Amino acid sequence: MISLTSPVETRAHGWPAGAKLGALCLATLLLFGVEEPVWQILFCAGMLLLYALPGRPFLRAGLGRLWMLWPFVGLILLWHVLTDDAEAGLVIALRMITAVGLANLVTMTTKLTDMMGVVHWLAAPLRRFGLRTRSLELAVALVVRFTPVLAAKGQMLSLAWRARSRRRAGWRVVMPFTVLAIDDAEHVAEALRARGGL
Amino acid sequence: MERNLTMIALFAALIAALGLIPKFTLGFGVPITAQSLGVMLCGTVLGAWRGGLAALLFVALVALGLPLLAGGRGGLGVFASPTVGFLVGFPIGAFVTGFIMDQWRSAPVGLAAGVSAVLGGILVVYAFGIFGMMMTLNKTLVEATLLVQAFIPGDLIKAVLAGFITSGLAKARPASLLSRS
Repeated sequence: MISLTSPVETRAHGWPAGAKLGALCLATLLLFGVEEPVWQILFCAGMLLLYALPGRPFLRAGLGRLWMLWPFVGLILLWHVLTDDAEAGLVIALRMITAVGLANLVTMTTKLTDMMGVVHWLAAPLRRFGLRTRSLELAVALVVRFTPVLAAKGQMLSLAWRARSRRRAGWRVVMPFTVLAIDDAEHVAEALRARGGL
Repeated sequence: MERNLTMIALFAALIAALGLIPKFTLGFGVPITAQSLGVMLCGTVLGAWRGGLAALLFVALVALGLPLLAGGRGGLGVFASPTVGFLVGFPIGAFVTGFIMDQWRSAPVGLAAGVSAVLGGILVVYAFGIFGMMMTLNKTLVEATLLVQAFIPGDLIKAVLAGFITSGLAKARPASLLSRS
């Protein structure tokens, strides 16, 4: 399964995931507390600098992920120019870009196992109350494993449809697709029980 | 217990896999993905708790950094972007969908699934989605509603499909329709 962690090894990859998440929370709070455009421009420039530090491939990957925001940025700027309030539009757009950029930065420099470590730590109080969090970890593993499996089965269903019809499959394959998912779930449940259960 | 766990996990995977189906475009140029159809199906098939947990698991994995959203998006950045409300609304929407499905047992499966998908999968999810837009883009309720209304026809179609699909599942796998068991 592909993850969004950057293959470019940065210094931030080694930092504790909990600390990065905490810093991200503080930074986002700060971003939403400041209204002056000058500060927002500085914050945005700082965020871009962080992307540029590990080198060009990292910067390009990061900017590529920010690109999904362009419809919102365009819409907001246009809206505020039309309502004669361009400064407010600039603040909103910059804040959005910086907040998403910083959050993506944490995702790009943190491995899935480290993130799971934070979840495990956060779930510790639940364990004290006798809840077994092992089933949560098993569920995560099942989703990671079965998403590509189901995607491949969906692909097979559309191919089978195409072999029989000249039209595209569209929504009609969703029903057999869901049946396949249900059957897989029943089989895996049986297999788990056969191996001693949870 | 094992069955609950695997059903929740497999439906979370189903939402993700539905995001990989190429999107189709409505007549007036608005792209729609099958992902929110998956959220509706969680509620109509699994019921309130299991359906809500399946959608929650999906959202949690997006937060942990898996590219499970349509178009290969994911990670914490999604939670800072204007569409954050829809993502937060997914588990609650699935829960409400399942809750109505659980309660309204006198109605035929297809009708109950369609109506609960409209109320849970559209009304609740959009309430959160619009609130998210208000917060991130600094807009009023009316302005934020205006921004998202183009997507409502597509979601209404998906709610109708959720009704048809659920009634089909009730015939194909009656024992697995946990919302009615």
